Amino acid sequence: MDEKKSLPFNGTPEQEKQLLQVINEGKTEKGALMAIMQKAQDIYGYLPIEVQTIIARELGIPLQEVYGVATFYAQFSLYPKGEYKISVCLGTACYVKGAGDIYDKLQEKLGIAGGECTPDGKFSLEACRCIGACGLAPVLTVNEDVYGRLTKDDVEGILAKY
Amino acid sequence: MNMVNIKINGMPLSVPAGTTILEAAREFGIEIPTLCHMKDLNEIGACRICVVEVKGARSLVASCVYPVNEGMEVFTNTPRVLNARKKTLELILSTHDRKCLSCSRSGKCELQTLCHELGVEDEGKYDGDRKVYTLDTSAAHMVRDNNKCILCRRCVAACRQQFVGVIGPNNRGFETTIGCAFEKDLAETACIHCGQCIVSCPTGALAERDDTDKVFAALADPEKHVIVQTAPSIRATLGECFDMPVGTNVEGKMVAALRRLGFDKVFDTDFAADLTIMEEANEFVDRVKNGGKLPLITSCSPGWVKFCEMYHPDLLENVSSCKSPQQMFGAVIKTWYAEVNGIDPKNIVSVSVMPCTAKKFEIDRDDQSAAGVPDVDISITTRELARMIEKASIKFTKLPDEQFDNPLGESTGASVIFGATGGVMEAALRTAVETITGKELEDVNFAAVRGTAPIKEATLNVGGMDVKVAVASGASAAHALLTRVKNGEQFHFIEIMGCPGGCVNGGGQPHQPASVRSFEDLKALRAAALYNDDASKGIRKSHENPMIKKIYAEYFEKPGSHKAHEILHTSYVDRSKDYAK
Repeated sequence: MDEKKSLPFNGTPEQEKQLLQVINEGKTEKGALMAIMQKAQDIYGYLPIEVQTIIARELGIPLQEVYGVATFYAQFSLYPKGEYKISVCLGTACYVKGAGDIYDKLQEKLGIAGGECTPDGKFSLEACRCIGACGLAPVLTVNEDVYGRLTKDDVEGILAKY
Repeated sequence: MNMVNIKINGMPLSVPAGTTILEAAREFGIEIPTLCHMKDLNEIGACRICVVEVKGARSLVASCVYPVNEGMEVFTNTPRVLNARKKTLELILSTHDRKCLSCSRSGKCELQTLCHELGVEDEGKYDGDRKVYTLDTSAAHMVRDNNKCILCRRCVAACRQQFVGVIGPNNRGFETTIGCAFEKDLAETACIHCGQCIVSCPTGALAERDDTDKVFAALADPEKHVIVQTAPSIRATLGECFDMPVGTNVEGKMVAALRRLGFDKVFDTDFAADLTIMEEANEFVDRVKNGGKLPLITSCSPGWVKFCEMYHPDLLENVSSCKSPQQMFGAVIKTWYAEVNGIDPKNIVSVSVMPCTAKKFEIDRDDQSAAGVPDVDISITTRELARMIEKASIKFTKLPDEQFDNPLGESTGASVIFGATGGVMEAALRTAVETITGKELEDVNFAAVRGTAPIKEATLNVGGMDVKVAVASGASAAHALLTRVKNGEQFHFIEIMGCPGGCVNGGGQPHQPASVRSFEDLKALRAAALYNDDASKGIRKSHENPMIKKIYAEYFEKPGSHKAHEILHTSYVDRSKDYAK
């Protein structure tokens, strides 16, 4: 992970208290790791190294084991979500209509890879599966706004609106 | 025992219930091939190389995890089975860096062997997308090459068994790699350099850092006086690299090979093991008599020392300040030996042959340069020595038996058992008990601390005082024992080795395939060679080694003297905050 790209961690003492409580409640149960990680992500919005380190330490397991689970499941994110969350549909219809190019262009313009967040916290980017707007393919959403029938040349214009 | 009757390839067989098909077939003389399986450690049935046909079963089954049951009919070599195994290999090869000719594991690679045995003709049959990974050369002791990784997870199991668990599977599916948390380099983690991952790896994905070129360069330099020392356990394992049976003592041939490689002096780390005992036994007696910190814990194993610095820094005061035998030996070479022979220590290259990858880390530690230059310049493993012997076209098995050079080739039975778990404790007891009681031991054998159990304990009555000792090998066992110490259990003296079974099973020892590691007791077979050597020696107590007596009389004065402290002792650091665990 390129640490320059990620936002600095700014967890609060309250969040840590909540996390420790969640861990303590789940600790004794076998196979509690995933449930604890889910709740930790609810608390912090994502699972940065600081949070994973607390989980590993409190459960007495190696940090790698936590990280291995975090990177295995798509539902866990190592990066925070931006103020504007961009989702590019890579479902079949959008994909054949060139959504892959749009996704690439966004990564290039934002300087981040899919799943990451820009250093200023403004945009985060992710791929999603069909959002049910195949008639408008290819489609992307920025928070609640939906943009359809796109070409990669539309990307800059969309970003400029935010 | 509850037995079940099965048939393998039509022939009847009766085996204990609960046996796997793999184990049953072994009884029957068929060694079903495996790649991911390591008994008791990594039984995950993932690689599918060990598949067999079971009558009535819907699909082929993984024999390594499939238990037998009454009336079962197994077929191990039908075309369906052989084709499935071959296809699995072809698929593994599709993402494998197949530079076999230049691979350090060539000839000893389990994947290569299977491809040969199962008749893979086209290694590029399923070529397609392939990830290219950069090598992780960050750690002092090893190189990780994920391009040769087959994701069997044997290293992961070995690392977790060592309580460390710094490597594991990251990501998913085609993206899966074995790596560290947050894709950090190994050097940034709490790796203890034990090398247990390397001896678990079936391919060339994990290997020690090869330092043999440095040794060849030193040997070729006429200005340099090049000295080699060999650790106690090397004589019990080196023969395996030349297809000799496990547990063959090859001390004489090893010395002959080193001489033919061109070392100016071929010495024995055993001498320094005796020296360690003198210093450590003295430290122990001193702590007992003067109310020092107890238990005293041994410091020979650099993997263990680093484990303590990372995971139990609050116990560092308990760790003996003695340098390890490797470092004591190097220190004696660069001080006493250099002085006596009128050689500038800067012109001495001190090489060690060790069972251990952590020794490569240890030579660069702080406070390990008694003469202002490193005590040991280059540390190579048993495997690297074998590589040098091969490269130099020395026909190892045809060599005559030769003797170590003097004066630092003289050693005792006490020192040679350092290579097995419990050996340091036994050697220390032989000296410490005689020192405390002032009487000669009737029996120098301390059977209670022998054997391959992870933790061994004994209470000995020494001069009217009950002395409680314990021995742990492997970092997990060490952790378990230290947890008991922290909970208030009283011990006087503890020996800890970083690798399970001690140095005979070190991370620098010869590769043996999983089929051997799973079903033969390597630790015990190799250790037996050392205990036999001990029993055959005229002198079996360190303090009776005539050269040890001489060096104290002429140079160190007495164990624990100011000079001994300057040259033979070291210090430790708390590393618990520095690394990702």
